[in-house]
Amino acid sequence: MIGIINYGICNLASVNNALTRLGIDSEVSSDRSDASKFDRLILPGVGSFARAMDHLVSSGWADAIHAHVAAGKPLLGICLGMQLLFEEGEEHGHTKGLGIIPGEVRLMTPAEPHRLPHVGWNTLDFASAHPLFARVKNHVDVYFVHSYHCVPREQGDVVARCSHGGDWVASVARGCVAGVQFHPEKSQPAGLQILDNFSCWNGVTNSEGGALSC
Amino acid sequence: MVKGKQFTNFRDTGEAPSAVRIYSAQDADELIFLDIAPSTESRRALVDVIALAAQECFMPLAVGGGIETATEVAELLRAGADKIVLNTSAVRTPQLVTEAAESFGVQCVVVGIDYRGSGDAAKVWIKSGSVATPLHPVEHARRVVELGAGEIFLNSIDRDGCMAGYDLEMAEQVAAAVSIPVIVCGGAGNFKHLADAFEKTDVSAVACASLFHFGDNNPIRARSYLRNLKIPLRVLK
Repeated sequence: MIGIINYGICNLASVNNALTRLGIDSEVSSDRSDASKFDRLILPGVGSFARAMDHLVSSGWADAIHAHVAAGKPLLGICLGMQLLFEEGEEHGHTKGLGIIPGEVRLMTPAEPHRLPHVGWNTLDFASAHPLFARVKNHVDVYFVHSYHCVPREQGDVVARCSHGGDWVASVARGCVAGVQFHPEKSQPAGLQILDNFSCWNGVTNSEGGALSC
Repeated sequence: MVKGKQFTNFRDTGEAPSAVRIYSAQDADELIFLDIAPSTESRRALVDVIALAAQECFMPLAVGGGIETATEVAELLRAGADKIVLNTSAVRTPQLVTEAAESFGVQCVVVGIDYRGSGDAAKVWIKSGSVATPLHPVEHARRVVELGAGEIFLNSIDRDGCMAGYDLEMAEQVAAAVSIPVIVCGGAGNFKHLADAFEKTDVSAVACASLFHFGDNNPIRARSYLRNLKIPLRVLK
């Protein structure tokens, strides 16, 4: 079963609705002591990095997420949830993140006439193959809403990029952890395919034998 | 669900749930729900419609109409809205824009600006176009950006429902004045009007109501028309 982490940040309904539509067993969970019953976790989120990290740490979810990843179980971070996977964010002052993926989160600085936030449909450009994007065509459009972007230290962690007055990281993966800057639950068929893929991803990146069991 | 002309003469446009399903099937890019006569009862209905829409369609949903507190913002986001549209409260209690942006992120705070008149004489109107303010739309737009708005939904009351084209002059002025995305609304009557907005102004998106509600037009056709003119649109699948 997929656990959707509820750490007091809104709009978990959309992710849960999308999984329900796909026929995937999922549960929104506020109680970190539930964590061990999930074979997969989704870390969603909109809002500010600092506030989200506060909630994750004080609720105990930060520790539960680390234990989940240490056990090799798949974790998907969506939007702010992807940014929280990194070591540090600069939204409203510098804040430590979960530190699962090396790198940091910075304010986007798109060239004119591109605007912030980066909001709307934009094209994915794959940097490497990953099971998460199986059956998703390259250059499909997905829905983005963000002003900050992830800067992975290791280029090998980058799975997809997008262009918005510059090139930005749209997806990362490392071991059993993946992150998407866009909202798959709001990206119609392409997005639903990505969530479907996550539900049966074996938690291994491609070069090490990543696969889907569905 | 209703659609009016110049914020009056409302015509029934059917049940919201059916419309949600249809626009979802027709690949609309985003749906915007505005409660034009907010009350305690209508708020409940709005929350229900959003909850249903969130189950039916996997695209961005923006919701507005009479939102006065951060608690109401949270309630709508919880029901499945991705963005909330603040209009009257962006004038009367501007701190709500800031509070919502700080709590939920600037990306979910859209400020709706309804105005009457054009050019320098234009004035912002609030309360569903029933109360005048001394603000000019450009001045107001600049102010709400400072407050923390993430997008502007610009609506010409004079052109609403008239299907004679957008107020491109104001759209361009507002888009030039702010660095956040601007959605233009009010007046689209054919696909050429949509193309005009993209070709002649820097708006990020166009919104349509009458164009799709009345007549044989839909987002699929609009998309094809715009794509033929080489206007960049999203790649569906």
